[in-house]
Amino acid sequence: MNDGGTSIGRTAATAERVLRQLRHDPRTVALLLLVPCVLLALLRGILGGGVAFQHAGPVLLAVFPFTTLFVVTSVATLRERTSGTLERLLALPLAKGELLGGYALAFSAVGLVQVLLAAALALGPLGLTTSLGAGALFGLAIADALLGMALGLLVSAFAASEFQAVQFLPAVVLPQVLLCGLFAPRATMATGLRWLSDALPLSYAVDALARPHGWDTTATVDLIVVVAAAAAALALAAATLRRRTS
Amino acid sequence: MLTAVRADVHIDQVMNFTILAENLGVRRGGRPVLDALNWQVAPGTVCGVIGPSGCGKTTLLRAVIGAQRFTGRLQVLDRPAGAADLRHRIGYVTQSASVYDDLTVAENLGYFARIVGAGPAELNRVLAAVGLAPLAAVLARRLSGGQRSRVSLAIALLGRPELLVLDEPTVGQDPVLRQELWALFTEMAAGGTTLLISSHVMDEAERCDTILLLREGRIVSSGRSPRQLCVETNTSTVEGAFLNLVGAAG
Repeated sequence: MNDGGTSIGRTAATAERVLRQLRHDPRTVALLLLVPCVLLALLRGILGGGVAFQHAGPVLLAVFPFTTLFVVTSVATLRERTSGTLERLLALPLAKGELLGGYALAFSAVGLVQVLLAAALALGPLGLTTSLGAGALFGLAIADALLGMALGLLVSAFAASEFQAVQFLPAVVLPQVLLCGLFAPRATMATGLRWLSDALPLSYAVDALARPHGWDTTATVDLIVVVAAAAAALALAAATLRRRTS
Repeated sequence: MLTAVRADVHIDQVMNFTILAENLGVRRGGRPVLDALNWQVAPGTVCGVIGPSGCGKTTLLRAVIGAQRFTGRLQVLDRPAGAADLRHRIGYVTQSASVYDDLTVAENLGYFARIVGAGPAELNRVLAAVGLAPLAAVLARRLSGGQRSRVSLAIALLGRPELLVLDEPTVGQDPVLRQELWALFTEMAAGGTTLLISSHVMDEAERCDTILLLREGRIVSSGRSPRQLCVETNTSTVEGAFLNLVGAAG
């Protein structure tokens, strides 16, 4: 009977649906895209154009897509769970991979546009210099967006309300931001903190972005670590999508 | 146990039940929610699952669509309940409308149509069937409760599933619309679709071909038509029959 759809078609349909939902919420879109720019400009004002800004600027380009997509995804997925649409989707011929793939596509696109705007502002008018090429910058932005999205999907399984989902931001995201090397170089951290920092995926994204001499093998390894962590979180999140309950 | 058969259902179809439950049980927190159910539904009929709130109606419906773990045997469209290939063949409407509030009616239907592989013509057909064509461009969150649940129903109609499982589909609908929805259900059954419809409103049961009366997870009566029920209990309404049977059992 209904064999018209393909796996790619269902994944694309899901991505398009997520983006359409965002389109009907222009305020969220404006916040997603403009807040990073405003914060970068603010930071430039506070720090001036010197070494401190040159250090913190690229790090923020990693932190923004990670943080915002974590919040957006955890709330969006929680809504999907509580509104009954998830149960409905899982009763239909939609594979979990297609659902998660659709989310990943849509939110990567959001992360990319976000970083495109923020980077254009930072590298242009704000005078940030980076040894990384545009490709590396945007590749990392997508990886960070995916990481935030995957963790957001995962924690939404443990939140019973949108209040709880938002509380996971300080619990899951802030420790990573504190330990990623933004406030103190990772090399100077006490051993215990250093280990903790090594265990958190955002640290690798920041390491890759803050490479002083441009992209190298270490940066590639860092990028792979971020993508692998996102994939692991997605796999765990997939396990929380249950077709049958007891 | 009697099995009611509509006159227009051919005898060889009766052998293949759309739903066949044998010793079906669900336990939750050590307590039986459904207890040793034996029950059948013939193809092309409307079966009403009727009983007071909390009697296990939703759990039974979720078992049929494959979202609920159970013990015993449950065959749906000649496949074990929960089989992956059944997901193409069953339409399911949850009690609360499962729609995306931040999408329009047409966008909601368009998304689910692509998931089940239904074309644009199908989209217009289901919109018309539930009387929502004039509201296609409206955001779901701007609709009334009754309109939202009709969007939810329209989604389940996409792709003409062989079995339609509806959990309290007429709650919040005005009497005229309820009449129209029941006309739609009867028409679909005449076209060969099997419908499993739960309700706690006993007077809706009068419109079903057969009735499954549930109370505290157990069958009070099954397989009888509303008329048979009334005749056997010497009552004039299904509600009266239910009270009579419950009184007789207790």
